[in-house]
Amino acid sequence: MSVGATASGMSGDPYKLGYSHHGHLEPGTDEATGHGEGGPASKRIVVAYGFWIFLLSDIIMFSAFFASYAVLSGATAGGPTGRELFDLPRVAIQTLCLLTSSFACGLAAIATRLRNHLWTQIGLLVTGLLGVVFLALEFQEFTTMIAQGAGPSRSAFLSSFFALVGCHGLHVTAGLLWLGTMMAQVFVKGFQPPILRRLMCFSLFWHALDIIWVALFSVVYLIGAYS
Amino acid sequence: MLGKLSWAAIPFDQPIPLFASAIMIVAIIGVLVWVTYKGFIPYLWNEWLTSVDHKKIGVMYTVLAMVMLLRGFIDALMMRAQQAMAFDGPGYLPPEHYDQIFSAHGTIMIFFVAMPFVIGLMNFVVPLQLGVRDVAFPTLNSVSFWLTASGALLINISLVVGEFARTGWLPFPPLSELQYSPGVGVDYYIWGLQISGVGTLMTGINFVTTILKMRAPGMSYLRMPMFCWTALATNLLIVAAFPVLTATLSMLALDRYLGFHFFTNEAGGNMMMFMNLIWIWGHPEVYILVLPAFGVFSEVISTFSGKPLFGYRSMVLATMAICILSFLVWLHHFFTMGAGADVNAVFGIATMIIAVPTGVKVFNWLFTMYGGRVRFTSPILWSIGFMVTFVIGGMTGVLLAVPPADFLLHNSLFLVAHFHNVIIGGTLFGMFAGYTFWFPKAFGFSLDERLGKIAFWFWITGFYVAFMPLYVLGLLGMTRRMQHYDVAAWRPWLIVAAVGAVLILCGIAAQVAQLIVSIRNRERLRDVVGDPWDGRSLEWSTPSPPPVFNFAVLPNVVGEEPYWGIKQRALREQRLGEEPAYEAIEMPKNSPTGFVTAFFTSVTGFALIWHIWWMVVIGLVGAFATFVVFAWRDVDEYEFPAEEVAKIDRERRRVRAEAIAAMRQPA
Repeated sequence: MSVGATASGMSGDPYKLGYSHHGHLEPGTDEATGHGEGGPASKRIVVAYGFWIFLLSDIIMFSAFFASYAVLSGATAGGPTGRELFDLPRVAIQTLCLLTSSFACGLAAIATRLRNHLWTQIGLLVTGLLGVVFLALEFQEFTTMIAQGAGPSRSAFLSSFFALVGCHGLHVTAGLLWLGTMMAQVFVKGFQPPILRRLMCFSLFWHALDIIWVALFSVVYLIGAYS
Repeated sequence: MLGKLSWAAIPFDQPIPLFASAIMIVAIIGVLVWVTYKGFIPYLWNEWLTSVDHKKIGVMYTVLAMVMLLRGFIDALMMRAQQAMAFDGPGYLPPEHYDQIFSAHGTIMIFFVAMPFVIGLMNFVVPLQLGVRDVAFPTLNSVSFWLTASGALLINISLVVGEFARTGWLPFPPLSELQYSPGVGVDYYIWGLQISGVGTLMTGINFVTTILKMRAPGMSYLRMPMFCWTALATNLLIVAAFPVLTATLSMLALDRYLGFHFFTNEAGGNMMMFMNLIWIWGHPEVYILVLPAFGVFSEVISTFSGKPLFGYRSMVLATMAICILSFLVWLHHFFTMGAGADVNAVFGIATMIIAVPTGVKVFNWLFTMYGGRVRFTSPILWSIGFMVTFVIGGMTGVLLAVPPADFLLHNSLFLVAHFHNVIIGGTLFGMFAGYTFWFPKAFGFSLDERLGKIAFWFWITGFYVAFMPLYVLGLLGMTRRMQHYDVAAWRPWLIVAAVGAVLILCGIAAQVAQLIVSIRNRERLRDVVGDPWDGRSLEWSTPSPPPVFNFAVLPNVVGEEPYWGIKQRALREQRLGEEPAYEAIEMPKNSPTGFVTAFFTSVTGFALIWHIWWMVVIGLVGAFATFVVFAWRDVDEYEFPAEEVAKIDRERRRVRAEAIAAMRQPA
């Protein structure tokens, strides 16, 4: 379309200049997407977009740890291998916890959309509790391995294993801190637009951790236990 | 209680670092006392330190870069002096000190001069050029800046407390492992860079979002000024490359702190993995530094030639091609790894291919000047100096891309000459051009042209005198980082190189004088209208300095070079466009979050370096508390009333109307 034609002699506010820049839009109304002609996007779109970019960068960081694991997975230096160490039933329970936790997170998001405080909080609480169980199992796995003399300083393979899995665990821990903060914010402040945007970002983060866990489960545990 | 920290960490027995740090401490205390005495602290705190305005953050980044440039340049002078003296003798710097100096020089120049300079210019210019009021995440932007400053602080503390790394600007294992570097030097490096690296990553996220999602109405991709395109490419590279740096340095930290075996000699560690990982970040990094400089040159050359940029679309394509190709060449930094002829050939050819889009750019700049009425101001002198110098540096780069040649030249001074050739001739000249070009926009008065030109001529002759001998020395077989040597044939060249460094010193002195003289003569150099260079993009449609909201009404972009179009129409019709309807503007409130976060990260970093674990916990808890407090604020914006907006914009329109009227009168 010809922008020149609309811009000259325009009347009213064809580009929604008064609305879109700092988030005066109500959800569901017309929004500029930021694709060029329409002016700056709404705050909700900007925040979600920026958070997506962050998630991509985070995935790139994980990919560096995955790559180092791939390089070092054979470097056991005469120590135990993944086949001897990995306890698949526990990993299966961990996976179940994390995936269910994401499901609960999704339910919380639906409750948020319906502006239901109670069910939002319940959903977030279940999300967090399952996350805690996941972390406890991971902690148990790590302590068991270290007690067997298969700690991170035993071999390069174990170094890369602990770093990769531990990095995911640290992300879950950070996510739980964030989750606690969000529950407190929802409790105190209710569903204000900034809180809604943060809840959206939190769900994105929590689901991204799932994606990474699926890759971890396949690349580290499944291949490690059966190779 | 204090981990590894004791009085032994202060270098009482080494006069040079002790003297240097004493001067630095006295200077810092002097500035603090002066600021307090003059009563500037509330002003600094309210207007600068807590500011979330992209323009002020950009200025602060640039100031940081310039101060660090002085520090890094003193290191360079010391090295040149050492090598000029140390023929058949020890020189004046002991090896362990000399090693720290070349490591600190490289680290500071890349991470705390070039990066902040580039990011500072992007901060100042990009939102103005896009026709918007701020970046996507203003407070995060402030946090980014302060994290960078926190990293710079840690690196400089190492001068006084403890030592810096002796491992070069990239800490290659196994030398950087605990076994061979038991001191705190590498730890200063790791934590200084981790903290500033997180800041840089957040800048990348912020600017990608800003450029892709926040542009003035009508500003479609192919109407963006070239500098915005290069900024987009650079920030995409930051988002894709800096996480790898974070991961790599984390692995090295795990090796050093918890006995992991990523890069060690024993237990299956693989030190070549470090090389691969660090250069997967490191090669994009050089394009992160140079692409914005390309953008500056595009703006400068087009403006001072009085013509639109030649081949705008090919320039966009070339920029994005470089953006992608930069990820496919990392192995050329270590052809000597022994990956085999096939692998080396692939990476050698990929490296040569990058020269193609770069060549496209050089021709575009040349054709932009061709047929234009070129005004030889200092920004365009930097640009022409760049074109000549960068082409030479590019060609030596293509030489190094030939694996058999690289086997001979690897780690020689030829390499050192090459990368200084492209970083000084490319990035630094570009940043100086941009600094001179946008200075009047930032402060409302121009820089003194005469001293600017003197600085340019000292810099460029100094550069050639200092670095051309290094090419010769490399071909004569001199390796880099030598504390002393016994080859008589090298010495004359090293003395010439030292003279070159002194010439560059004169250039820096001229720049300092330029700043002082310009501030003193600011009334005479005043930029009243806001368009001192007859500019073409939207930043020149604002007053100098721009109001906090940049644009009273977001501009409607109806073509390439939007401001040029508006200006031509105003001149043709002898009047400005209709006065718009002014509305109140919401702007983000200032926030001390960045400053407080940086305080806690500095504490955490220092504690990690010295193994003071309780302090680490305090720092982390403090950082989390800052986050919660920030997240808890209810009011994060304030309203700029419509009358105020109207008042500021009517003043802008008045001086512009006068400028048009003045042009009408016969000369």
